[in-house]
Amino acid sequence: MSRNLILGACLSSLVVLAALISFAWTPYDHAALNIPDKLQTPGVQHWFGTDHFGRDMFSMIMVGARTSIAVALVAVGIGMALGVPLGLTAAARKGSWLDELIMRGNDLVFAFPSLVIAILITAVFGAGAINAIIAIGIFNIPVFARITRGAALSLWEREFILAARVAGKGAARISTEHILPNVANLLIVQGTIQFSLGILAEAGLSYVGLGAQPPTPSWGRMLADAQTMVSFAPHLALIPGFAIILTVLGLNLMGDGLRDWLDPRIRVARA
Amino acid sequence: MSLLQIHNLSLAIHDTEVLKEVSLTIEPGQIVAVTGESGSGKSMTALAVMQLLPGGARTSGSITLDGQEVLELAEPQMCALRGASVGMVFQEPMTALNPVRTIGDQVMETILIHKAMPRVQAEERAREVLTRVGLPPDRFPLGRYPHELSGGQRQRVVIAMAIALRPKLLIADEPTTALDVTTQAQILDLLKGLVTEYGVGLLMITHDLAVVADLADRIVVMRYGEVVETGPTRRLLTDMKHPYTKMLFEASDHQVNLPPTPDPAPLLTVDKVVRDYRLARTRLFAKPGHARAVDHVSFTLNRGERLGLVGESGCGKSTLTRAILGLEEAQSGQILLDGQPVFTGHRPNPDVRRKMQVVFQDPFGSFNPRHRVDRLITEPFHLLDTPPKGAERRDRVAEMLTAVGLSPDDARKYIHEFSGGQRQRIAIARALIIRPELILFDEAVSALDVSVRAQILDLLAELCEAYDLTYLFISHDLSVVRTITDRVLVMQAGRIVEQGVTGQVFDSPQHAYTKALITAAPRLPDLGRGVA
Amino acid sequence: MLRYALKRLLSLILSLAVASLVIFAVIEVAPGDPASFMLGVNAQPDTLAALRAELGLDVSKPQRYLAWVGGMLTGDFGTSYTYRTPVSDMIADRLWVSLPLSLYALTLSTAIAFPAGIYAAARRGKPGDVAVMGATQLGVAVPNFWFAMMLVLIFAINLRWFNAGGFAGWEGGLWTGLHSLTLPAIALALPQAAILARVMRSALLDILGEDFMRTARAKGLSRRQALWRHGVRNALIPVLTIIGLQFSFLLAGSIIIEQVFYLPGLGRLVFQAISSRDLIVVESVVMLLVFAVITVNFLVDLAYAAVDPRLRSRT
Repeated sequence: MSRNLILGACLSSLVVLAALISFAWTPYDHAALNIPDKLQTPGVQHWFGTDHFGRDMFSMIMVGARTSIAVALVAVGIGMALGVPLGLTAAARKGSWLDELIMRGNDLVFAFPSLVIAILITAVFGAGAINAIIAIGIFNIPVFARITRGAALSLWEREFILAARVAGKGAARISTEHILPNVANLLIVQGTIQFSLGILAEAGLSYVGLGAQPPTPSWGRMLADAQTMVSFAPHLALIPGFAIILTVLGLNLMGDGLRDWLDPRIRVARA
Repeated sequence: MSLLQIHNLSLAIHDTEVLKEVSLTIEPGQIVAVTGESGSGKSMTALAVMQLLPGGARTSGSITLDGQEVLELAEPQMCALRGASVGMVFQEPMTALNPVRTIGDQVMETILIHKAMPRVQAEERAREVLTRVGLPPDRFPLGRYPHELSGGQRQRVVIAMAIALRPKLLIADEPTTALDVTTQAQILDLLKGLVTEYGVGLLMITHDLAVVADLADRIVVMRYGEVVETGPTRRLLTDMKHPYTKMLFEASDHQVNLPPTPDPAPLLTVDKVVRDYRLARTRLFAKPGHARAVDHVSFTLNRGERLGLVGESGCGKSTLTRAILGLEEAQSGQILLDGQPVFTGHRPNPDVRRKMQVVFQDPFGSFNPRHRVDRLITEPFHLLDTPPKGAERRDRVAEMLTAVGLSPDDARKYIHEFSGGQRQRIAIARALIIRPELILFDEAVSALDVSVRAQILDLLAELCEAYDLTYLFISHDLSVVRTITDRVLVMQAGRIVEQGVTGQVFDSPQHAYTKALITAAPRLPDLGRGVA
Repeated sequence: MLRYALKRLLSLILSLAVASLVIFAVIEVAPGDPASFMLGVNAQPDTLAALRAELGLDVSKPQRYLAWVGGMLTGDFGTSYTYRTPVSDMIADRLWVSLPLSLYALTLSTAIAFPAGIYAAARRGKPGDVAVMGATQLGVAVPNFWFAMMLVLIFAINLRWFNAGGFAGWEGGLWTGLHSLTLPAIALALPQAAILARVMRSALLDILGEDFMRTARAKGLSRRQALWRHGVRNALIPVLTIIGLQFSFLLAGSIIIEQVFYLPGLGRLVFQAISSRDLIVVESVVMLLVFAVITVNFLVDLAYAAVDPRLRSRT
């Protein structure tokens, strides 16, 4: 295992752990207002300081991790659950009208960046975390469909797939039995990357008010609140920023490390 | 003084020893062939002369080119040497050229990078060398891109680049391995002509002993990074000293004895089969054209017969194979196995499928890397209504593995634990396990080293005795087809141009194409035979 | 070449048609009637009907769709529900901020990423490569709007080199306009440059392993010459794809960045429109963004053909 993988896994699990612990314990109630203690800088009493309402930043970061992870995870889940079968189908029916339809559909969705989807959804249904999930999730579908199709297409050319066809196996069976296990590594790596992009997208949407609504804490909205106070209370902006950066960095390092670690060529060489 | 003198060259890449005290010399106007199986270090020897070794390489010994010690040259001096004093030709013409630059540009680059002459003259020289290699600019303008040329033509461009500055030494690393026999013969003629015309020394790297015997003045035989035997071609062929050399020459022309065929009774009938492919439209609203890959092919394969199918790349033999296997439907005509059609109502017929199996070329791509051997070779059980289970299944797996010369214990291993030859044995076990009536061997021994190939051919002959095999053996390699089949079909441009008893077709070919094919194929002289 | 371009153009028109249908359908789902929303709950039925006719809401849905698309083709984007001014005028004003910002950022990102990616690939595994890759790893992880806030904190509040926000307009000359867009453009460009540099590097490294690179070295080209003469142009093919994709991220990103710098661009327009439920404005801005993304990808397809002769001759 590479250094990247270990470092990335440590950073990511730290964030996940913080989110999980927050269900049971936080140093303070993250929503409790305490005006006398407002805008304290990080210290012994409040490790990450307090915001303009005197809320404990550490507790807010912990609970905010929950929102980030939940939104990004469900969005990756949507992307995989719909994108992978679409990609497998397109590859199995390469060149057919179905393949063409799936791929053109993909191109079309790529023309709607997730922020644009979020704008549309919000304009119609109002803002909220669910809409952020849908917006990021929809954008993930073509990503997974495309990468699955690409990898599956080159596998379909391989002789072991021809051998399976000669053994009378149909496209659906070959896709699940031979193709899917051989693209799984790639999907895990891409999943990690999309997860980190999801965290960034969620932060962006929350920042402009299209994501999670108060009182649900979210890193993006903490940054939006901090904006007017950045000149005299920079820690309000620095801390949520660092939380996002470390999470995304950890996931990316883990993705890179996994790619090297799971690469079958490297593993065969090691065996 | 020799043109190139390699003395006690040793090479290690990281901690792996690749070459051990290799020595050889080349005189001007001489062709020296370095031969050996994969892993022998023959290509690394060539790359060491060019100093284009992979990262982590450490060399010792000496390489003297025209009196200059190559191993002591700094990189800029080496750059001045490459292309000017030594030219190199590679194996893969399809990828050896930059796809986004014109051929004229790439040939001129050799000249311009060495600032040998001004641009106008360089262009003149590029025309001249391209004409010399058989690509006259009136038919092949300098503005052509590589993808507009065939494999043989691209190899000519690579040769033109290598000889543009009239180097004293030309290195060719498997220059014809990726080409068809007729193209191979032309490229070999071209190289030979350049040697006599310009007096260059040619260091030829090839695994093909027939090419070696035909072309070289001297032969260097390598194994595991060492030179096992060297000498002038004629002497070495008549008087091989080292057992490895003898084994190598014997294996290259390996003969097997097949059991006699039973009385003719048709098993597979192919009748006027046609397979077209749609071409991309040439103009916006033009009707898309068609390429006819298989053109009214008819033949019969009798039960117990071993039939060969030979032809060059693009002749339609792969398409025909796919049609017989039921992977693609023919547009017209009929394919019957045991009287039943391969396709019924545009769907592959399962009753026919279970009577047919296939062995492919690539020992590395033929298996799902995530499954164990027992799962891999029992995959055809899917075709049976009641596939064997439990102990019966285990017994069948053990029997098959033993039959192909492996151990029943291998059943629990993954495919990456086996060598190329062993994998091909596993592929044969997979094809045999449901006792099909017909097996297709699609270039099944083409990717193997000669010694391994000889073993697999022996195995096939044994299996013919034990299981009364009927097979269709598809190959571009005439020498293999000659020994492993009873009858042969010759295919050209989608048609069967000649068929008959294998020995007769090879000894007295009737069709012009068959004649050309057999003349072009380099043959080992009879000198070496009988020694082993 | 012409056939290739026409084929791409056909696909561009088709995509736009489908995209406009999707956008129209989504907006149609929106609950509530804009006319009654504008006039409030106590509106008289006949005033309501008059307004509905004025807004073109009194005809069937397919007719409204055709009127909307037909209007856009002639430059008429309809009338804003809240401001009662032509949407096209509102968009045109804002476009003069958003479009230059996106292009400025794209230029910056490319100008940073190309040298960085080539430099890293040429020094694979050496300290220079490790440093560039470390920086890009970090750059990819930084949210652009947070980075924008940090830029404001450092360069506007502390150093006072730039204004903390607002747009000076183009009336004061090109330089004044660009100056006030510089911090936003940097904030947008750097994270994208990090991605692009990584793509450039890995594309180049893939190409360094190609056979024709070895051929070039055998001709006597030095490692560097081979990289520049044979590597970079081939690496452009995957890099162009990413540049095309990046444009859509930059456009979307500029909507967020405009919030940080209080720039009067499309982003602010669309957020105002959302809060006042001015759906015709939302609809038109979204269509415009999608149009821009699809058009840029069409241009990227044409650029492929310029780089890769194999595409050109496949007519």
